[in-house]
Amino acid sequence: MAETLIRVQNLRKIYGDKTVLKDISLDILEGDTVVLIGPSGTGKSTLLRCMNLLTKPDGGSIWFDGEEITAPGVNEDRVRTHIGMVFQDFLLFNHLSALDNVAIGLTKVLGMDKEAATEKALRELDYVGLEEHADKYPGQLSGGQKQRVAIARALAMDPRVMLFDEPTSALDPELIGEVLATMERLSNEGMTMVCVTHEMGFAREVADKIVFMEGGVVVEEGPPQQMFTAAQIPRTREFLGKITELYGDHE
Amino acid sequence: MLNTFLYVAQGLLVALEVIAIALPLGFVLGVLLAILRVYGGRFIAPLVGIYSAVLRGVPPVVLLFILYFVVAGAVNLSPLWAGALSLGIISSAYQLEIFRGAFGSVSSGQMTAARAIGMNRSKAIRYIILPQALRLAIPPWSNEAATVIKDSSLVYALGVPEILRRAQFVSANTREPFIAFGAAALLYFAMTFVAGRLLDFVENKTAIPGEVGG
Repeated sequence: MAETLIRVQNLRKIYGDKTVLKDISLDILEGDTVVLIGPSGTGKSTLLRCMNLLTKPDGGSIWFDGEEITAPGVNEDRVRTHIGMVFQDFLLFNHLSALDNVAIGLTKVLGMDKEAATEKALRELDYVGLEEHADKYPGQLSGGQKQRVAIARALAMDPRVMLFDEPTSALDPELIGEVLATMERLSNEGMTMVCVTHEMGFAREVADKIVFMEGGVVVEEGPPQQMFTAAQIPRTREFLGKITELYGDHE
Repeated sequence: MLNTFLYVAQGLLVALEVIAIALPLGFVLGVLLAILRVYGGRFIAPLVGIYSAVLRGVPPVVLLFILYFVVAGAVNLSPLWAGALSLGIISSAYQLEIFRGAFGSVSSGQMTAARAIGMNRSKAIRYIILPQALRLAIPPWSNEAATVIKDSSLVYALGVPEILRRAQFVSANTREPFIAFGAAALLYFAMTFVAGRLLDFVENKTAIPGEVGG
């Protein structure tokens, strides 16, 4: 049985008078790909951002690799080097080439020397199929290329887990495939992944577990087979039916 | 006429000295204060706001006199140094606002992405935010550079023999005010013009490929 890499316990997050996360408990097993789905405004992205402490929860706790990272005094920068994150709008560093986007974390955070960092960054760009675009700047890349650079940037830090926050939502339909293919390959190679996405094809093919969230709680979770064909809760069936119709399968 | 011009032009070096002290001082202070203004939190940021409001709310020449007598009273400085440092402090308030605006123009996602790969705040500011903000600041900064070049003439009030002071002197002696002050005008214009072209060059040189203007 795989180890639990991330454990979320009774997580609560309040923005003003809106409780975004009511009481979330969730286990992410090492090596698993977990897909979070649910209507927008339901707290999926907030949950993801809590996992790498970009957002501070108001209650509950998060454990990463056996350490409570929500405890006071935890060095959040150290935690984040082990947790890669990919954003909906890429958020590449605009003033840096693709290569430097990937290398800067290695040199400035991990203290690697420039030569070794460049070599590793090139390997990561090669992994996402962009080695020949290493010298291009974000403004010279397509959306799909930008997102793959963003994936390479996160991977360069050798994270234990990768968080994907709607990585394909800002992409033209014909560019979605290249990003999903990279994610699928990562998943197959055993990377632990937590993905917020509407790509039901990806969820069905790649996920080990699908978590359906609504109104700040986990409504139902289970393996894709069960969730798509034998969901226990009517609302889960309704939502999955609708979203599959809308977003279909890109596979 | 040539003699008049040459006499005035001898103040150029002094003016350049004043500018070479005031502008970089204003730059360093401006950047640091802008960082404190934007990232300094609830206690420091408002203090910087007050600094900025006061310095920008009083005519430079009034401040120059006040700062001159404060600075020169605290340490033994030549009028040139005291005047130049004062101009630098005055400029820092304007430069701080320029850089504050530039920091604000860098999208907040850049900070988020930097933090997400494990950078602490100060590294993120230094390696991610600042390089982008400085590029954005060049056009408005070019304006401020012209202002400082022209305001360097204010140190004439402290008796520093720069361009304007010399123009005034030679004008009184030769009774050719048009030539004397015309020479001064020409020299200031030449300095601001060269500075402007120089900064245009820097702007083009540092433009990010693929960005607007890059």
